[in-house]
Amino acid sequence: MKIPFVYNLRSVTQRPVSTALTALGIGLVVAVFVAMLALANGFVTALVTTGSADNVLLLRRGADTEMSSGIPREAISIISASPHIATGADGRPMISPETYIVINLQRPGGDAYAVANVVARGVSDKAFDVRRNIKIIEGRRFASGQSEICVGSKLKGRFMNVNVGDVLRFGNRNWNIVCRFTADGSSFESELWGENEQFQSVFRGTGFQDVAFRLKDPAAFEEVKRSFLAEQRIQIDAHRESEFYASQSELLGNILRFLAIMITAIMAVGAVFGAVNTMYAAVSSRTSEIAVLLTLGFHPRSVLASFLAESAVIAFIGGVIGCLLALPINGVVTSTTNWASFSEIAFAFRVTPQLLLAGLIFAVVMGVVGGFFPARRASKLPVVQALR
Amino acid sequence: MKFLPLVIANLKRHKLRTILTICSVALALFLFASLRTVTTTLSAGSEVSSASRMITQNATAFVIPLPQTYATRLAAVPHVQLVTWANWFGGKYGDGKKFFAQFAIDPESYLKIYPEIQIPADQKEAFLKERSSAIIGEGLVRAFGWKVGDNVTIQGTIFPGDWTFTIRGIYHPTLKEYGDDSFMFHYDYLYEKYPDRVTPGWFIMKIDDPAASPVVAKTIDDQFRNSSAPTKTGTEKAFASGFASMWGNVKLLMSTIGMAVVFAILLVTANAMMMNQRERTSEVAVMKTVGFSDRRVFGLVIIEAAVISLTGAVLGLGAAILLPIVTGFGQGGFLPGFHVTGGTLFIGASVALLLTVASGIFPAWQAARLPVVQALRRVE
Amino acid sequence: MALVEIRNVDKSFKREAQTVDVYNGLTIDFDEGSYTALMGPSGSGKSTLLNLVAGLDKPTSGTVRVAGAEVSAMTASQLADWRARTIGFVFQSYNLLPVLTAHQNVELPLLLTNLNKKERAERTAIALGVVGLSDRMDHFPRQLSGGQEQRVAIARAIVADPTLILLDEPTGQLDAKSSEEVLELLRRLNEEFHKTIMIVTHDAKAAEHAKTILHLEKGVLLEREGVKMGGGIGTSGAVGVAG
Repeated sequence: MKIPFVYNLRSVTQRPVSTALTALGIGLVVAVFVAMLALANGFVTALVTTGSADNVLLLRRGADTEMSSGIPREAISIISASPHIATGADGRPMISPETYIVINLQRPGGDAYAVANVVARGVSDKAFDVRRNIKIIEGRRFASGQSEICVGSKLKGRFMNVNVGDVLRFGNRNWNIVCRFTADGSSFESELWGENEQFQSVFRGTGFQDVAFRLKDPAAFEEVKRSFLAEQRIQIDAHRESEFYASQSELLGNILRFLAIMITAIMAVGAVFGAVNTMYAAVSSRTSEIAVLLTLGFHPRSVLASFLAESAVIAFIGGVIGCLLALPINGVVTSTTNWASFSEIAFAFRVTPQLLLAGLIFAVVMGVVGGFFPARRASKLPVVQALR
Repeated sequence: MKFLPLVIANLKRHKLRTILTICSVALALFLFASLRTVTTTLSAGSEVSSASRMITQNATAFVIPLPQTYATRLAAVPHVQLVTWANWFGGKYGDGKKFFAQFAIDPESYLKIYPEIQIPADQKEAFLKERSSAIIGEGLVRAFGWKVGDNVTIQGTIFPGDWTFTIRGIYHPTLKEYGDDSFMFHYDYLYEKYPDRVTPGWFIMKIDDPAASPVVAKTIDDQFRNSSAPTKTGTEKAFASGFASMWGNVKLLMSTIGMAVVFAILLVTANAMMMNQRERTSEVAVMKTVGFSDRRVFGLVIIEAAVISLTGAVLGLGAAILLPIVTGFGQGGFLPGFHVTGGTLFIGASVALLLTVASGIFPAWQAARLPVVQALRRVE
Repeated sequence: MALVEIRNVDKSFKREAQTVDVYNGLTIDFDEGSYTALMGPSGSGKSTLLNLVAGLDKPTSGTVRVAGAEVSAMTASQLADWRARTIGFVFQSYNLLPVLTAHQNVELPLLLTNLNKKERAERTAIALGVVGLSDRMDHFPRQLSGGQEQRVAIARAIVADPTLILLDEPTGQLDAKSSEEVLELLRRLNEEFHKTIMIVTHDAKAAEHAKTILHLEKGVLLEREGVKMGGGIGTSGAVGVAG
């Protein structure tokens, strides 16, 4: 026979303050859990979105970042001859040789050392088509031969002089900002783009750092990889663009996730202790009621289930509170240096339904763990003593 | 304190509750202190930087190197006593999972400018003599078990190829904050393999008068402003804090979490204190009858909250202090010299005090204003 | 001057929406060394009288004086100090703090004095000796019988050498034998140690151990029975009649 749940609900309202404190404690743990994982999520997502499974990214053999890679000019014609490159609507191959350099941009505020590394990518016209989801939202593309650049949408507000119409100075030259672009939330939005030739003359000479191209047949990637490995004339490795950027997120993403779990685990232990205290006190104050229930014929197992359910419900309410507390952080933009690429990336916290669900389950688990021993004590109550 | 046995006896009434609550406080303060230590460690670099050392880097970006010829020109600047340079190597050891910093340095001048890097004289000599040798910090000894005489092979990423070094010395930093997990080798070893590509990453100078640093910076930067490699010069301290700022909002994140942690634990402690008081109304009444004043009763509850919070604080802060010592956490790169500072301990103690007051004040007030006669009626 | 002087005391309570008058112009004295039992049905105000004397409650009007001090006019903190020095109180149950041993329970009032640890220990030992429980010093209340608990409570009530010992139904929960132990102790305290005692009880046998019995009904003092042992110590003074 199951003990009617309304008994638990009423009992919970008998000790409103204790219940509220316990629920709130669990709620805070869930809030931190959701928020931190949303941070990790946001970071990883920004990078994962950057690459597409249809594109190949070529880097010098052995290089694990675009920055440490170098592809000589002569290699471009060899690469362009590959049969795997898709053709664009205009009949030209969808291939984008690029230069990649990390420059210091100053943050607003005037401190000369408050800077961050920002990716400056030298591109050709084709980059806007090859690299997915690039959309110009303000201004026009930079003109060839001019000292003009475009900025990713996430730079706005985080650095000085990065609005369309501003003049930005780096590499001993003044650059006019002529457009702003979005890229579906990916890391490109934290970069500034200019013409290859302009950047090459300022920074690195005549070579490129990487070449990206669209696969004619996405399934042919393995074939592409092998053909470049076999190529004797140039030392190039082929990476699937999506996998490459995903791997760039691995180090920091894992650290953030690890931190999230460690911190919330420790907090959870504290919250569970709080739940244990509350439930033990609840059981102690209700011994005569429990004795009556047992005398009436309710099975000890039902008593156990009843108290466990009570604890779980208190925890669940806490979980809901926690999720509500964390929800506003969704979409908030923050930034950090991705040590894998040594450049700053801005991204938005990303709360997903799965994450919220995980938070709720986490809360209930805390409640059940905390409530278990007290519930067991309740079910094992020696009736005679309790009724005295 | 003659009332302490009374307070402790009360806490022993529900041993489990008291222990769990103390443990919660301990956990929270451990977390809080560890999080704060992450932020203090990140800023520590700039705290311990010398005021008489300056760094010159490429103004466009730190990652763009500078011409070798700058060395002599920098040495000629007034106030500059010594010049040295270094390069970031950024190679991968083994599977690359354990990250550590690798620098190519000009050995003699570098070690002179950084007296904080202490190394036994014989090891230093061996290092200076052998171009393919390297010196490592004690942290790397702990992490990889390397010893003097070992050959270590690192895969270059910026400078491709497999690079083999022989360990000839182990250095000890004079201050924990300097970190003891760097790997340093000869600049010339790098240069001879890639003579077309390798030039100094940044220059370090020792100046004779810290007050002259702005003048020195201006002189140098003006000199190179219109060249192909313009410079940005500043004190080592400014340079280090610039690096720390690259962590962006991490500091904010840590502080926010720290606050959430403290708040959560406050709820747990307050709950426990209130449960304690709820069960003792008749005893409080009896004590007032015996002659304990309202104020005294108030004080006893606060002392009880203090015992819980302070015991938990000692345990939690103690664990935070011991953790890096025992496990060597923070070794190998991002958090050199991870250790709990006095400032963190002070703040931790303040948090414990806050917990005491916040968790105890309501039950204490309730006990103080408990009307004896009404409570007595319940007694009989 | 009597030890306790109650003059023209009115006392009323608010119960639910009604005001209940307990006393109306009550005037009564208790001499030093007296041993008085207060009897009467519940609601007659006998516990209230004890509370008024102990300063735990204040009269609506009138004065209560104990050893010349006007208890009814003291502030709460003055009363606390005063109670610690002057009064020993024993309840029907829940006297002892369950987390403390017998010794620690008896010591409790002494913590409010300036005595050092040694002095406190001496006095506590004496008090426990008087009630005959020296061998149970380190036992917790749950390890004592009901009668023993009450005797420890009495020890605590006398340890600070108070002027007045007040007991509210001390034998209410005890069996005959334990009651006898407690009452015998009270007799000794009054006769050998000359302690002034006021005891509220509904047990006629318990009341008979006292020297004077006062019957209260609805706040009115109905009768006064004489004491078995006369001479020297007894009650005197005008008796208040319901006005």
